Amino acid sequence: MKKIEAIIQPFKLEDVKEALKGIGIDGMTVSEVRGHGRQKGHREVYRGQEYQVDLLPKVKLEMVVPSARLEEVIQCVVSSARTGKIGDGKIFIYEVAEAVRIRNEDRGEAAL
Amino acid sequence: MRLLGLNLLWMMAAPAFPQDAAIGEKLAALEKAAAAAQSSGDNAWMLTSAALVLLMTGPGLALFYGGLVRKKNVLGTMMQSFVLMALATVLWAVIGYSLAFGEGTPFAGGFQYLFLNGVGGEPNPDYAATIPHQTFMVFQLMFAIITPALISGAFAERMKFSAMLLFMTLWLLVVYFPMAHMVWGKGGLLNAFSGGAIPCFDFAGGTVVHITSGVSALVCALYLGKRRGFPAESMKPHNLVLSFIGACLLWVGWFGFNAGSALGSSALATSAFVATHFGAAAAALGWIVAEWIRGGKPSVLGAISGAVAGLVAITPASGFVKPMPALFIGFAAGIVCYFMVASVKQRFGYDDSLDAFGVHGAGGTLGAVLTGVFATNAVNDSLKDAAGNPARLGLVDGNFVQILNQIGGSLLAWVLAIVGTLVILKICDAVVGVRVSPEHEIEGLDLSLHGEEAYNLES
Repeated sequence: MKKIEAIIQPFKLEDVKEALKGIGIDGMTVSEVRGHGRQKGHREVYRGQEYQVDLLPKVKLEMVVPSARLEEVIQCVVSSARTGKIGDGKIFIYEVAEAVRIRNEDRGEAAL
Repeated sequence: MRLLGLNLLWMMAAPAFPQDAAIGEKLAALEKAAAAAQSSGDNAWMLTSAALVLLMTGPGLALFYGGLVRKKNVLGTMMQSFVLMALATVLWAVIGYSLAFGEGTPFAGGFQYLFLNGVGGEPNPDYAATIPHQTFMVFQLMFAIITPALISGAFAERMKFSAMLLFMTLWLLVVYFPMAHMVWGKGGLLNAFSGGAIPCFDFAGGTVVHITSGVSALVCALYLGKRRGFPAESMKPHNLVLSFIGACLLWVGWFGFNAGSALGSSALATSAFVATHFGAAAAALGWIVAEWIRGGKPSVLGAISGAVAGLVAITPASGFVKPMPALFIGFAAGIVCYFMVASVKQRFGYDDSLDAFGVHGAGGTLGAVLTGVFATNAVNDSLKDAAGNPARLGLVDGNFVQILNQIGGSLLAWVLAIVGTLVILKICDAVVGVRVSPEHEIEGLDLSLHGEEAYNLES
């Protein structure tokens, strides 16, 4: 099992969710986060007081998938989240040691 | 012609007839009915105006200021405005009205209206002959509420609540009530309509409200010092939507403030209403044009700040100037106040957190001086010269001296505000300490002073 952590543009969340649903991935956790990679922030001015805002709002998707489906899911996220401009985000992959469904104690991929 | 002749004959003969008593009675009844009709119309407008001016403080100013602070301080900031609706009212009832509008020295009123003694339904012809004295009293009270509330913009996010209550009480007693008496009170030093030694024109409070509050605000900002982390840390307004709603409510409420200062539902009230609206509109444009030209973007905060600056500047002039000068005064205020907050404040580095000085101090002074330029008896003919004709008011009427009078009145307001505020702050600092502890400042006033939070979105 692999955990996929994708940090994407907030306005792309719906597209990505739809695309994942299309390939049968239903389970995910979404959080609103702020951060930046190479993308530069922007300048805000309030009555002449300038602020450089470099932490930008992003959305983080987390999902755990069977190892066999990893590439398919990565491709799905990449193609649905991409705008081609700087700031599109990143995907990180982790090994998952175990998964447990709390309701009935299913284990491993059966719990996904 | 024949009829007229007959009429004349009849009138000359009238005293001899028994009907004359009945006609006299009818005439008296007619006069009474006419006076009652005017009083009822004027009173309706003045009660409405009083309510409009209260609306400026709560929720107008509270929202305007509340949106500009960080979200940990929004309740504390709104509380500073709201508690004045309570505190200033009680003070006004007990002693404030008497000190402002009682007869006394040229500097302060006496004690004749202590506890509102004798302030009832009968009009007070010294101030407003067609409305109940009590209406006049409650209308003026609303000004005593918003004026100190304006100061709170300078010490936002860092003053103790206890110190603020003490400060505001003393400030009303030492600065506001005397200043109101000098400009508007019977026999006041600056009251052009009551034989003042320095006759000033201040229709709705350029000196009394905006210079006193704006200049006191600067003194507070300098005395308390900067907020922790200013200007390195981000202190962005937490919700400009709140500020937007607040500014629009201020604009509407200001019609009561200025047009209400005609003290009746008259053509003068209309004139002041129009000047007020024009001043705000031109100033909103002035501010955003200035920030646009200076390389920035035309911001919403700029537009609403500009409108408020225009309303401030037109306040003293509103019952004295024609519509075109009102546009000019507003436009000038938009540009000058933008320059004050975006350039002068940055250069000197003082933390007038919500720009009470930059908008009210600067805009109020500009408006007071320009009133001396544009005041004209074509708008307001209530001041008469020795021959009983309408007196020449401002520069446009050919009265050059008036600008000096306006500057003199403004200077007096500046000096009273600086000295009074400084002394009061020293007293407050000695008694309770003016500034919150660093821990409380970091935690935010909402939690540390009031034990609550504004946005409990998870609950």
